[in-house]
Amino acid sequence: MDYASYILYIPLLPLASFLLISLLGGKRLGKVGGIIATLSVAISAGLSIYTFSKYFGSDGLVDGTYQAIKPIHYTWLKFSEGLSIDMGVLLDPVSVMMLVVVTGVSLMVHLFSIGYMQGDERYSTYFSYLSLFTFSMLGLVLSTNIFQIYMFWELVGVSSFLLIGYYFTKLSAVAASKKAFIVTRFADLGFLIGIMILGFGAGSLDFGTIIAKLSGNQTAEAIAMSGTTFLGVSALTWGLTLVFMGGAGKSAMFPLHIWLPDAMEGPTPVSALIHAATMVVAGVYLVARMFPVFANVPVALDIVTWVGVVSAVFAAIIACTQTDIKRVLAYSTMSQIGYMMFALGVSGTGEAGTGFTGSLFHLFTHAFFKSLLFLGAGAVIHYVHSNEMSDMGGLRKYMPITHATFLLACLAIAGVPPLAGFFSKEEILLAAWNSNPIIYFIALATSGLTAFYMFRLYFSIFHHKDYTPSGHGHHGEGGFTMMLPLLILGALTIGAGFLPFSEYISADGVPRDMELHLAFSIAPVLTALAGILLATSFYKNQNEKPAKVAAMFGNLYGWAYRKFFIDEIYLFVTKRILFNILGNAAAKTDRQVVDGGVNAIASATGFIANRIRGLQSGHVQEYAIWFLGGALSLTVLIIYLLY
Amino acid sequence: MSEIPLSHILFVSTALFFIGMYGMFTRRNMITMLMSIELMLNSVNINFIAFNKYLFPGNLDGLFFTIFIITIAAAEAAVAIAIIINLYRNHKSIDVEEADALKH
Repeated sequence: MDYASYILYIPLLPLASFLLISLLGGKRLGKVGGIIATLSVAISAGLSIYTFSKYFGSDGLVDGTYQAIKPIHYTWLKFSEGLSIDMGVLLDPVSVMMLVVVTGVSLMVHLFSIGYMQGDERYSTYFSYLSLFTFSMLGLVLSTNIFQIYMFWELVGVSSFLLIGYYFTKLSAVAASKKAFIVTRFADLGFLIGIMILGFGAGSLDFGTIIAKLSGNQTAEAIAMSGTTFLGVSALTWGLTLVFMGGAGKSAMFPLHIWLPDAMEGPTPVSALIHAATMVVAGVYLVARMFPVFANVPVALDIVTWVGVVSAVFAAIIACTQTDIKRVLAYSTMSQIGYMMFALGVSGTGEAGTGFTGSLFHLFTHAFFKSLLFLGAGAVIHYVHSNEMSDMGGLRKYMPITHATFLLACLAIAGVPPLAGFFSKEEILLAAWNSNPIIYFIALATSGLTAFYMFRLYFSIFHHKDYTPSGHGHHGEGGFTMMLPLLILGALTIGAGFLPFSEYISADGVPRDMELHLAFSIAPVLTALAGILLATSFYKNQNEKPAKVAAMFGNLYGWAYRKFFIDEIYLFVTKRILFNILGNAAAKTDRQVVDGGVNAIASATGFIANRIRGLQSGHVQEYAIWFLGGALSLTVLIIYLLY
Repeated sequence: MSEIPLSHILFVSTALFFIGMYGMFTRRNMITMLMSIELMLNSVNINFIAFNKYLFPGNLDGLFFTIFIITIAAAEAAVAIAIIINLYRNHKSIDVEEADALKH
């Protein structure tokens, strides 16, 4: 099949399912809604896999380089010669890989949700939202134009908002959805300004043209943009940093991460899809998409690196102290995305592009094992009816499949060979080592922490103490549709690492051999094992050690438990400073100047009206006299004054 | 017999107009007011005829205007009398000072 003949069905089928379900009315459809949505995503996933094999199998490689194919391209809004908002489909190694990740994980989540959401009142609505999200994410991935990506970016934000606030009767869910929307929207403001700067500088909004014009130092556009400075920083750096701000907001990078933990108020499969595997990696995808331009600007790349590193460590420390299992996973996601970010930051181009490959490889493998972890957590929550670790423990006998797959995913995220996470993490650590040993050691320590908190989670759920079924064990582990995704994702967690990823994706599109040095792997694997052993001794059985160690760390533990007060700082800045100073000033202006002006006009009108109402006496003859007076004065005016 | 000069006729029509206006402002009886209005209209008619005859003897424009005005005046009188009759039915009076319900 030709790409143009079918590629549009991949994003449009979920859209059709969204429209169908929401127009037919959610409640009337009942279970059919779930089937429609799942089928449409299944077809999309099939087509994506077909595209993947076709692109990497035959079409993509031309003269030893993977080319970008635009099967569909339509100029939508034209502002000037060159500057236009286009709608199109862009197929290159990164977007084809993302297609498979998004549709694959989405299909798994749809399947899982059929069982998980059973009996929910707004079952079909839930699936229509999922479809909307899948459509937006696919549109984002396939965008040819930076403005097109921005539109889908916002659509993704909306569907995330809808899904986080799905349980809208819960106040905390409503607050979380608002928080997610406002924080990411604030970041998107930066993104929009960045788009404008880059679009103005490059004279185009098309990705290919922007990259061609701004990635070298020779082109007139790149020289002009580097020459123009604002506050001592060049326009190019400003543009890229602001674009990265949008990406950091969506990807929950420090300090814009505060929405992600709260977003766990949504249904758990949603967390698996949106807040683990797809939407939150949009920032990584965006930086990867613009990578040749970033690589040209060391300052912007350094910002990406350090934001990534800080997020990775910061989130890992917090994850060690949380007791809500979904929040542990949320911080773990943030930490892993930090990895992907700094891998991009330390990457060079061409031969030195290990970080680029590693970052996207980690994105690929992380999508599978993290959605597996979330779906596993979903199954556990479904069984226990609680998110708290203290309500769990000893579940391994009751949920054997969940237990096995969860363990697999924990090993993968910890980086134990030969599971998927091991390979991708190795690439990232290798890139860090080649670039800056400080980053390497921070990353190594973080991977130890990762192993520790993941196994803390694992032992707390499945070992630790005996589980006492407390009345509501009315159902087993979950039906076939809930277990099948776990098994498929488990298989992918084992298998995905063996994909020769660097032959598919590299910074310049040239296939390369995987860089893997066995000697180099020793330190990370040992660190991971140390983390796992430590967690085993702390949490396998109930004992005093965790409490003692927590006491030893003293304040640090408390701070980490309270998430380093970032939320409080935001509250302080917004409530105390912004609301008090700017907000009060704005409120005063509104009340006194705007409202005051309108009131003044109204009262002046009323005052004058009161004064002259006597004129309207109801006596016809008085009116006639006024009329006569007017006519006479006009006559006098015309005869004596104008002539 | 010498011809009457234009100024004499204009004098008559002006006098007629201001008599009508005086009546309009001072009479309380609505029918008298209506009659005053007719006086004013007729003063205008005289003006039209006079100017037509003295300034443009070959044209008939002034005559036609006069005929129109007479027609309109007839219609106006019919409407005004209808209003006055209705007012009388409601108020038992055609005193214009008492018909002051339409006010602030």
